[in-house]
Amino acid sequence: MSTTTPEKVRSVPKPVFTDAEAGAREFPSSTSRHYNYFVPARRRATVYEDVTVDVQPDPERHLSQGWLYGFANGVGGYPHDWTKLKSSNWHEFLDPNEEWEQTIYRNNANVVRQVQQTIANAKAAGSFLTENQSWLSVLEKHVSALAHAEHGIGMYVYTACQRDAPTNMINNAIAVAAAHKLRFAQDLILYNLEVSEQVPGFDGSIHKAVWQSDPAWQPTRENVEQLTGTRDWAEAFFATAIVFEPLVGELFRSHLLMQVAAVHGDYVTPTVIGVGEADVARDQAGARRLFSLLANDPVHGAANRAVMEGWLASWVPRSIAAGRGLQPIWSQLSEKVVTFDESATRAKTRFTELLTELGLTYDKEL
Amino acid sequence: MSRASITKSHQKIQELAWEPTFVSPVEKFATDYTFEKAQKKDPLKQILRSYFPMEEEKDNRVFGAMDGAIRGNMFRQVQERWMEWQKLFLSIIPFPEISAARAMPLVINAVPNPEVHNGLAIQMIDEVRHSTIQMNLKRLYMNHYIDPAGFDNTLKAFQNNYAGTIGRQFGEGFITGDAVTAANVYLTIVAETAFTNVLFVAMPAEAAANGDYLLPTVFHSVQSDESRHISNGYSIILMALSDERNRQLLERDLRYAWWNNHAVVDAAIGTFIEYGTKDRRKDRESYAEMWRRWIYDDYYRSYLVPLEKYGLVIPHDLVEEAWNRIWNKGYVHEVAQFFATGWAANYWRIDGMDDTDFEWFEHKYPGWYNKYGKWWEAYSALSKRNGHKPIMFEGDAANYEYPHRCWTCMVPCLIREDTVVDEVDGQVRTYCSETCHWTDAVAFRPEYEGRPTPAMGRLTGKREWEGLYHGWDYADVIRDLGYLRDDGKTLIPQPHLNLDPKEMWTIDSVEGITMQSPNVLLNAMSPEEREAHIAKYKRGGPAGRPAPAEAAA
Repeated sequence: MSTTTPEKVRSVPKPVFTDAEAGAREFPSSTSRHYNYFVPARRRATVYEDVTVDVQPDPERHLSQGWLYGFANGVGGYPHDWTKLKSSNWHEFLDPNEEWEQTIYRNNANVVRQVQQTIANAKAAGSFLTENQSWLSVLEKHVSALAHAEHGIGMYVYTACQRDAPTNMINNAIAVAAAHKLRFAQDLILYNLEVSEQVPGFDGSIHKAVWQSDPAWQPTRENVEQLTGTRDWAEAFFATAIVFEPLVGELFRSHLLMQVAAVHGDYVTPTVIGVGEADVARDQAGARRLFSLLANDPVHGAANRAVMEGWLASWVPRSIAAGRGLQPIWSQLSEKVVTFDESATRAKTRFTELLTELGLTYDKEL
Repeated sequence: MSRASITKSHQKIQELAWEPTFVSPVEKFATDYTFEKAQKKDPLKQILRSYFPMEEEKDNRVFGAMDGAIRGNMFRQVQERWMEWQKLFLSIIPFPEISAARAMPLVINAVPNPEVHNGLAIQMIDEVRHSTIQMNLKRLYMNHYIDPAGFDNTLKAFQNNYAGTIGRQFGEGFITGDAVTAANVYLTIVAETAFTNVLFVAMPAEAAANGDYLLPTVFHSVQSDESRHISNGYSIILMALSDERNRQLLERDLRYAWWNNHAVVDAAIGTFIEYGTKDRRKDRESYAEMWRRWIYDDYYRSYLVPLEKYGLVIPHDLVEEAWNRIWNKGYVHEVAQFFATGWAANYWRIDGMDDTDFEWFEHKYPGWYNKYGKWWEAYSALSKRNGHKPIMFEGDAANYEYPHRCWTCMVPCLIREDTVVDEVDGQVRTYCSETCHWTDAVAFRPEYEGRPTPAMGRLTGKREWEGLYHGWDYADVIRDLGYLRDDGKTLIPQPHLNLDPKEMWTIDSVEGITMQSPNVLLNAMSPEEREAHIAKYKRGGPAGRPAPAEAAA
């Protein structure tokens, strides 16, 4: 006897030809194929503008019912008074880097590959073992201590600030800056891990004590902690990107480490630091654009410049002190390629150029 | 990277945090919760060195699929019925996503655990990813789908629309008020852990059945980030549970967050899945079946109930009542009908239901036709542009009483018998349910059960959309909203899918109709009038049918 098992019919949706593609018919708005609720900076909107502008609503633009939830004081959304600066059009700021999802991952993944390939090559070549001993001491203590500063800025300054600004364009730019800082901090500390596994006697954990109590780093740590303690998001962003970075971050990264590592037999540190510095340059371009717009605002420009000059009066001395505090590190190197004064002069020149670009004045001597 | 290497690297990055001695991070966002420092671990060991390349690879797949969809003429096979609802969904969702990014500092500020901070910061970047990748998907739809109207004005429409307002309060719920209530309980413990399953898994599956494989491509990529977010939230709730003082607040917040998420997400996603599809195979899951699987079994029974062992009071009653609303009270059907009633104020087109749809609904929801069938037949009949008004203004033919708006969740009071009316803050307000009333009158207050809750948020804003336009001519409302096509007279919304210009409704069809706000009218009534009005309203339904006159007498 034979039996036949009925074939089981799979239940699947059936494709249907609908001809619902663009151009299939002509009717009102059939060719209306651009976002029409904002004016792009140029004739055609960029992808960045399309995916960024107006995602964060604004009662002064299209948000007709206002903010629907408030904090305990009844204020909701993105209050303009979370900074002392004022703008006649907060939406004018567009990120010069045009960061959106695709650029964030392409750029950062490229950095990760660049850093990891360089470290892998150095490990294979045994180059860590041939580095100058005095340099290795600087590497374990000071290059690694820098990671704390970068982490503090990424986690407790930029990540915090990206909640606060009145537009999506500003907040996204700051969020990307936060991602850069957090990744750079991790790059540095994982680099420390790699070297500590390669070089006998390399103390992979001393950076914590150096950051926490070495006199050279205390003014910098104090400066970073002060930045995390600032409620005004624009002040925190300004004091970090416009003041701290040139006077402390770049002073140490570009004007010391990038100059001296190679002559001590180290070609990895310039790569790790270099990509971090490139990130800072991108993020600083955003800061320059933002603060330039605010300094030149047709209505609030003069008042904004006064506020920013007040911030300079508060923050420049802190960052000058932080930079000076690092001076002993220049003396710890066996190969004296650059003096502290030379480095400091370059940093101050950069800073002064930045202030000139923004139209700001800092009266006191740097 | 090997697992051992990940563990070692993850351990190493914990060295980055330090105890500040000069200045502590500013307390930007208040919470009434208390957290002691605890060694709570990040079980997923998130490290940026592996995160960025992983996400880049995911992106490459997404963008490859997008190119393939265009080259393969995907839009020759997409169902317009489905794509039209995406004009609403994709206008809403990028805002909750970016709000989630903005919410991260709220919990970083509140929870003293650097390992958890690391996971939260990565979540911030994820959310920027989600928001912009979704805006880009919508951009592709606008460029390649037959009818771009409603995509082209997407964010303006989202921000001025009666349906968009429901999504806006959802996203705003992440970023405002008590930091832990908003960014942990509401966002992560409920929205992400429970409702992203229907948002980002169930709904994309329905998109694929309607010829659109890009929505699944993008949203499954998004959903694959959510497990890390869920892990972040779980770590924080366990920390909260270790302090007795938090239990009362957690109980309050779970009730609010569960109910509000249910009210908002089930309204929207239920409608898209049930009324946006052309796939009427009898063995495809209904939204109710999906809900039972994704929400009731996978979330409630597998995630929420086990938290009871830590002493957390779970809102069992509200989970059961949410199911009761979906299964017995027709919640999704009532919402879909409401959206279709108000079609003229939409920025998408709504296809009517036909006999195939009726048969499917009756199969999945026995008794559906008796409740909703006649109304949908009237909708189709009144969808033709032949001199009459939109269905909302054709009283006898439609047999539908325009609903009061829930002050809290902003979905209208569609289950009429559950409507609650109360004078709160000097205003007579309507609520869709006891829990939404409790949320406004009890939970979002500076004191809760005798305990000061100074950090708790407030319900603010012009919460009844109709109130913005009370007394306006309806045509002026549409003009003000900007829902006109590029000829200046044809409406973006249509009650059908026919793109023949002769069949499309124009602005003159809605001239001479006066818009009225139910809440303004309610407040203008005497107490006696109001009582009679509400008594009659509560006797109305289902399907918005006004209570019979004799019953009202």
